[in-house]
Amino acid sequence: MGSPPLEFLTNPPRFLFFTGKGGVGKTSIACATAIHLSEAGHRVLLVSTDPASNVGQVFGMEIGNTITPVESVPGLSALEIDPQAAAEGYRDRIVGPVRGVLPDAVVAGIEEQLSGACTTEIAAFDEFTALLTDFELLDGYDHIVFDTAPTGHTIRLLQLPGAWSGFLEAGKGDASCLGPLAGLDKQRERYGAALAALSDPERTRLVLVARPQQGSLREVARTHAELAAIGLQRQHLVINGVLPAAEAETDPLAAALHEREVQAAADLPSSLKDLPQDQLPLKAFNLVGLEALEGLFRDDRTSGAEAVDVSGPAPAPQGSRPLSELVDGIAADGHGLVLLMGKGGVGKTTMAAAIAVALAEKGLPVHLTTSDPAAHLSDTLSEELEGLTVSRIDPRVETERYRQHVLETRGRKLDAEGRALLEEDLRSPCTEEIAVFQAFSRVIREAGRKFVVMDTAPTGHTLLLLDATGAYHREMSRQMSGSGIGYTTPMMQLQDPAQTKVLIVTLPETTPVLEAARLQSDLQRAGIEPWAWVVNQSLAAASTRSPLLHRRAIEEGPQIERVLTQFAQRCGVVPLLAEEPVGSDRLMRLMDPPLSAPQAVPASG
Amino acid sequence: MITIQVFDPSLCCSTGVCGVDVEQQLVDFSADVDWARRNGLQIERVNLAQQPMVFAENELVRGILERSGEEALPVIVVDGKLALTGRYPTRVELADWAGLPPPAREFSIAAEPCCGGGERS
Repeated sequence: MGSPPLEFLTNPPRFLFFTGKGGVGKTSIACATAIHLSEAGHRVLLVSTDPASNVGQVFGMEIGNTITPVESVPGLSALEIDPQAAAEGYRDRIVGPVRGVLPDAVVAGIEEQLSGACTTEIAAFDEFTALLTDFELLDGYDHIVFDTAPTGHTIRLLQLPGAWSGFLEAGKGDASCLGPLAGLDKQRERYGAALAALSDPERTRLVLVARPQQGSLREVARTHAELAAIGLQRQHLVINGVLPAAEAETDPLAAALHEREVQAAADLPSSLKDLPQDQLPLKAFNLVGLEALEGLFRDDRTSGAEAVDVSGPAPAPQGSRPLSELVDGIAADGHGLVLLMGKGGVGKTTMAAAIAVALAEKGLPVHLTTSDPAAHLSDTLSEELEGLTVSRIDPRVETERYRQHVLETRGRKLDAEGRALLEEDLRSPCTEEIAVFQAFSRVIREAGRKFVVMDTAPTGHTLLLLDATGAYHREMSRQMSGSGIGYTTPMMQLQDPAQTKVLIVTLPETTPVLEAARLQSDLQRAGIEPWAWVVNQSLAAASTRSPLLHRRAIEEGPQIERVLTQFAQRCGVVPLLAEEPVGSDRLMRLMDPPLSAPQAVPASG
Repeated sequence: MITIQVFDPSLCCSTGVCGVDVEQQLVDFSADVDWARRNGLQIERVNLAQQPMVFAENELVRGILERSGEEALPVIVVDGKLALTGRYPTRVELADWAGLPPPAREFSIAAEPCCGGGERS
């Protein structure tokens, strides 16, 4: 291909895993890798577990959950595993036979229990291991490329001797998150073989994919440490979407972004410094289509962007509003709970701080609670603004405190084995949710008197599970008081639109929008209707004369459009700023797009 | 030796760490089951969320679920006969059913205030 050799493509082993948060581009890179290896004459199987999988779209064909040869790329076959569908299939196998046999309420309870992250995680891993250990099938391929990797939690769980003895030997689901495997009826040897393959550096390479941003790199450093600790030693780092230096000369926003990226690379977490590293430049177009993917590893960085007219702002989609309008709507109630929800890295903390500042600027009493661990964003705010108080819920601190508390109280009498099992159980994703929920419940009671703005919230699944207790408490209080004395659970407060407004935060990109939509349906399942969406870090709402960024801004259009037409009751679009929005002045700049003035431009499209 | 069947409610995990507050009774009972097995008792635990068919196929348990719903769980069946509903047996009760000598005092359930709201920090 005549491009400089990329480290992660050099001497590739049998299995290649790409891991990273949604939206960092791991599916695109996995696809491009598979194409690259096929074109080099290898027989390759590409496995996508991305629920937003566009692998089929890339190759212009249906792929789905059976191995399908890709005609346009000789030597390449592909397979899409949908983890949600895998979990659903599992749920159906369990629940189907008892529907109509056991009472409906009981069946509904079982279904909710099986709707959590654990079930999805384990069901997807089960599909993984089937592939990793099907030697007959593997014989047909030189390389297998996965666009995701199992989490540390899953792998640890499968390694834990106590878990196996309790679970498989006794044949009964004694070990927490292995529970969802009970109905899968698979054998211990298979998991053992899968784990051996994963931790064998001769066979497996793990590629960490990050954006050139501090938060993204820190996240990847955590994944690195977690997976290295359980034996996945052979790791590479790919920093994807780096703004080319030349672009910085075209525009102040591009210059500021470039500066930030250079700084993030310089501050690379030390654990990542020794990993073989590659950087891939930001492309003008979304990486959809065979041609675009073939170009990903080539250095023709801004192809297609030159032709763009950068004299005006990119057209903002019809119907989106500035954040200030959403704040006006919130302020009208005088008090209430405002929850910013969304995946990590979308800017929930910044949005929460901006909304809190804007409410305080209106003279309203506000309590801002953030999970911002560095506290650089929120620390000074309370001094700057009257009527604004700031507190913090750090999920890590809360989780650790909760874990210790449980071990010291509930686990006090356990023997070494039981304690090890409980300790591992307490590392499940559920634990953090519950720990955060408890901290959360302490704060939300204030919302009857003032505004409480939070960037931390439980998921719909947690709420539904906890509501089982809530419903019980309600019943108890009714019986005991004899007259419906006001007794509200957090769930009731969250479901009441007069008391609570949920704002879903996302980025104007395919995967983040899809993840946000899933979050919304999870909340709707719990009877909570999000009040608005916020699309953050929008280039379309910013002003830029960089051809590359301008082109990216146009690519945002369909995503924002999708949010407006399919998902959001109302939607605010927040510009990407040249400077990090720290401090009340800069936070206020998020309220209105800087170029909202030349709105008089005739609506052309 | 007797056979004890424990029909658990829908649990994410039988140690109970996934609940709003880790339930002491679940942590304790897990330890008690371990103790009982070491002493030769046959104890089988079935989780409603994982093996609902076992509940549906057991007439006794299905009847209880139809009348009283999931709140009636756990249901404890000893040698095919109903022994307890709505709570787990203590280690003393387990020993008693099995005709074992009562367990040493240090193993009995610690007398601590029962968890109510789960408000702790």
